[in-house]
Amino acid sequence: MTRLPDRGVVDRAAPLKFTFDGRELTGFRGDTLASALLANGVHQVATSIKYARPRGIVAAGVEDPTALVQIEAPFPEPMLSATTVELYDGLVARGLSGQGRLATEPDPARYDAEHIHCDVLVVGAGPAGRAAAAEASGRVLLVDDQPEPSGEIPGGVRFLSRTTAFGVYDDGFVLALERRGENAAPERISRRRVWRIRAKRIVLATGAHERPVVFPDNDRPGIMLAGAARTYLNRYGVLAGQRAVVFTTNDSAYAVAFDLADAGARIAVIADARDTVSARLREDAAARGIEIRTGHGIVGTAGGDRVTSAVVAELGATQGDRFACDLLLVSGGWNPAVHLFSQARGTLRYAPELGAYVPDGDLPTVRVVGSAAGEGLPEVKVLWQVPAAESEVDTRFVDLQRDATVSDVLRATGAGLRSLEHVKRYTTIGTAHDQGKTSGLLAAGITAEALGRDLAEQRPTTFRPPYTSVPFAALAGRNRGDLHDPVRVTALHPWHVAHGAEFENVGQWKRPWYYPRPGEDLETAVLRECRAARTGVALMDGSTLGKIDVQGPDAAAFLDLLYTNLMSSLKVGRIRYGVMCGVDGMVIDDGTVIRVAEDRFLVTTTTGNAAMVLEWMEEWLQTEWPHLRVFATSVTEHWATIPLVGPRSRAVLAKVAPGLDVSNDAFGFMTWQDAEVAGIDARVCRISFSGELAYEINVPSWHGITLWEALLAAGAEDGITPYGTETMHVLRAEKGYPIIGQETDATVTPQDLGMSWAVSKKKPDFLGKRSFTRAENLRPDRKQLVGLLPQDPAVLLPEGSQLIETDHVPEPPVRMLGHVTSSYRSAALGRTFALALVRSGRERVGQTLYVPVGAAVVPVTVTESVLFDKEGTRRDG
Amino acid sequence: MQLIPCPWCGPREETEFHYGGQAHVAYPQDPAALSDEDWAKFVFFRANPSGPLPERWTHSAGCRRWFNAVRDTRTHDLLAVYRLDEPRPVIP
Repeated sequence: MTRLPDRGVVDRAAPLKFTFDGRELTGFRGDTLASALLANGVHQVATSIKYARPRGIVAAGVEDPTALVQIEAPFPEPMLSATTVELYDGLVARGLSGQGRLATEPDPARYDAEHIHCDVLVVGAGPAGRAAAAEASGRVLLVDDQPEPSGEIPGGVRFLSRTTAFGVYDDGFVLALERRGENAAPERISRRRVWRIRAKRIVLATGAHERPVVFPDNDRPGIMLAGAARTYLNRYGVLAGQRAVVFTTNDSAYAVAFDLADAGARIAVIADARDTVSARLREDAAARGIEIRTGHGIVGTAGGDRVTSAVVAELGATQGDRFACDLLLVSGGWNPAVHLFSQARGTLRYAPELGAYVPDGDLPTVRVVGSAAGEGLPEVKVLWQVPAAESEVDTRFVDLQRDATVSDVLRATGAGLRSLEHVKRYTTIGTAHDQGKTSGLLAAGITAEALGRDLAEQRPTTFRPPYTSVPFAALAGRNRGDLHDPVRVTALHPWHVAHGAEFENVGQWKRPWYYPRPGEDLETAVLRECRAARTGVALMDGSTLGKIDVQGPDAAAFLDLLYTNLMSSLKVGRIRYGVMCGVDGMVIDDGTVIRVAEDRFLVTTTTGNAAMVLEWMEEWLQTEWPHLRVFATSVTEHWATIPLVGPRSRAVLAKVAPGLDVSNDAFGFMTWQDAEVAGIDARVCRISFSGELAYEINVPSWHGITLWEALLAAGAEDGITPYGTETMHVLRAEKGYPIIGQETDATVTPQDLGMSWAVSKKKPDFLGKRSFTRAENLRPDRKQLVGLLPQDPAVLLPEGSQLIETDHVPEPPVRMLGHVTSSYRSAALGRTFALALVRSGRERVGQTLYVPVGAAVVPVTVTESVLFDKEGTRRDG
Repeated sequence: MQLIPCPWCGPREETEFHYGGQAHVAYPQDPAALSDEDWAKFVFFRANPSGPLPERWTHSAGCRRWFNAVRDTRTHDLLAVYRLDEPRPVIP
């Protein structure tokens, strides 16, 4: 039996059934999956990722590099370390080779986060942490990653168990992960909780991790860190082996050997790399009949799913005596767990007596205590690897999880890599789930030896959060599904849903994309919607358009500085299209500006840019032009906006707005009027983004559905058709109207878009003006917006396709002339067409260019960007 | 995550703020009078010291007001925070 009746603190009254690799096994409450497996004599847990070698349990905590498991039930979780999985009834797990499987169905568990402030945060509830917590004053928070503290928690201290502090950030900000759900009722509480801690002062009592020594065949199951065996014995009552070989560089492994011997194990031999061992240890060993060989190490092992023997040889020799064993305990010394201190930008110092890095003094608000500071750790003979004979296949594993060997490190240094960061990336050492807790320092030491350097001078790699792996689900918390990102819907949204609209995400908005009728796909629906807008009457939900109310005595002067064209000359009651540029002269947004009153304008922006434009305005008002008396306020959600489009739109509007003279003379293009529409006070604008006769009707958003339904009723006999964003895009593209962000990126000027007419020559200055005369902006070979007609009218060019000059793709580098920004099938043109940004595009009108599409090269004719109704006669009806 | 002391709201988490680039780069009085080179310097060139740098920040998820801060680019420490109408403090 490997579970001893008289050792350990597991709850033997609470047996737990679990399944591992299909075997039904039993453990106790208080076990980890690793301790329960060892209690059942299971040493091989997994196989290695690259060489598929059997791998076991190396450690008893978060530093374990090999015992990787996939939890299958109650819910699939990949890549967990068996040493950190608390055993619970019904657990189903299997060993992994270093790659897990994500669940395909949504996780039903809840995850959440809590914010907490404290005067002192103590990380680690060992003796040093508890002492620090007892001394601290004010609000004290103590966190520890184990289920139970190893001693009494001081009074007045808030204690969180099963909580791992995994990241220390600026200004006392610490993130910690609490594991809650597996042992409690998951339907009532969250499975994991992220604590977002803001602490005035931090005390790190994070302890130390034992490190191994590298030797040939050091990866077999049953080869374990010495301290881990002691933990399995004293905490879980599990004797990890019956006959053990111990290999050490320091005193700490002796206590392990004696504990195991006292519990009934046979210690075959202690191989001590040091030349001398204290008389006291020699006496204690002799009393137990344990042989000690000083100046010795391990040069080889044998075994399959578990180690069966180890060869003990004098350091430097390659031959030695073979000892049968079922457990090989290794101690290369102890590494203070300085991860969190290093994350807090604490500097480290190499301590040669420990063969490890220790904090080089405290930070103003971060203190390290106990073994994390190197206190009480045993002096060691620094030994990274046992000298070994050359072999064809190197099995001297430095990083067991990555299957990276000493040869891999030497290959890196042999290739000329000198910095530890480069060696790390070349070998992948330290990049697995365990982040090199046992392998990082070994790699550093072996690298330093290879380069003839001193670790005291070689800077260690930087520790970054997270200290242990954290599930994305925990980081996401409740911010998933519907709560992942705010969804913005218009006042008309319920109607769109009820009428089968397909939606498109535009920023956070849900916009109707198209309204398919039974049997229709996107293409046929859009062609139908386009025909309705061009030949009859159609309407869309334009409510998402950004709307900013700009008011104040200096509003007109402000807009003159912001837009490329003149806004102060706009009369009340009129509307002007405007383009906005950055100081570099590149277009950042466009829209219409309505003059509501002498001191008040309503500015519209593209749907996705509304917030950006408001921020742009506020930035200039606050930082450069604080003398301007202007307020800018977002009013996007206040209005429902419905463009009514098409040759029959005037007749339909007349029906629902009997008091409004809709004739072209009384209600001209680019003017607006207040009117009662369908009994609702409305602002009606004559604006056209389709090229057709069109009215944009704005009502307070709560009247949106009433207006929409009234327009549908009034237009029923004209076959009024709702249309979505896809149709809107086709209609505007036929007219050559660019969409900012689709036709443009941050390198396109108004002139490139063919919009010199929208750039004032009169204004002394506006944002972007000076840049237009820079040499770069005047180059004749800038990319300009043009239309493209594929010579085969059925061929639809993929958006993003590149344009070249030749009818075949030449040898690279291929000169790229530009790219397709928009591409559609047009009902009005009876063919496909595209818009593109093309080098010297306007000069190329009439030329044939080529677009590689897959294996084919499609010839296209370059045209002006306006492809439909060039004269603009349709907009007046 | 850093705490940034907004001059109006007090210390708040950095996710509430937006960075606005180097401070005290005033929009030129008369851009037309500048040479291409001087204009390019205004548009494209910014200081990149290893040490204190005056910067503009806005408390975009709070009071939405802009302010200046001197940040040490080596440590990210905010050495001073001041309103736009206040002079740049002398950093000892």
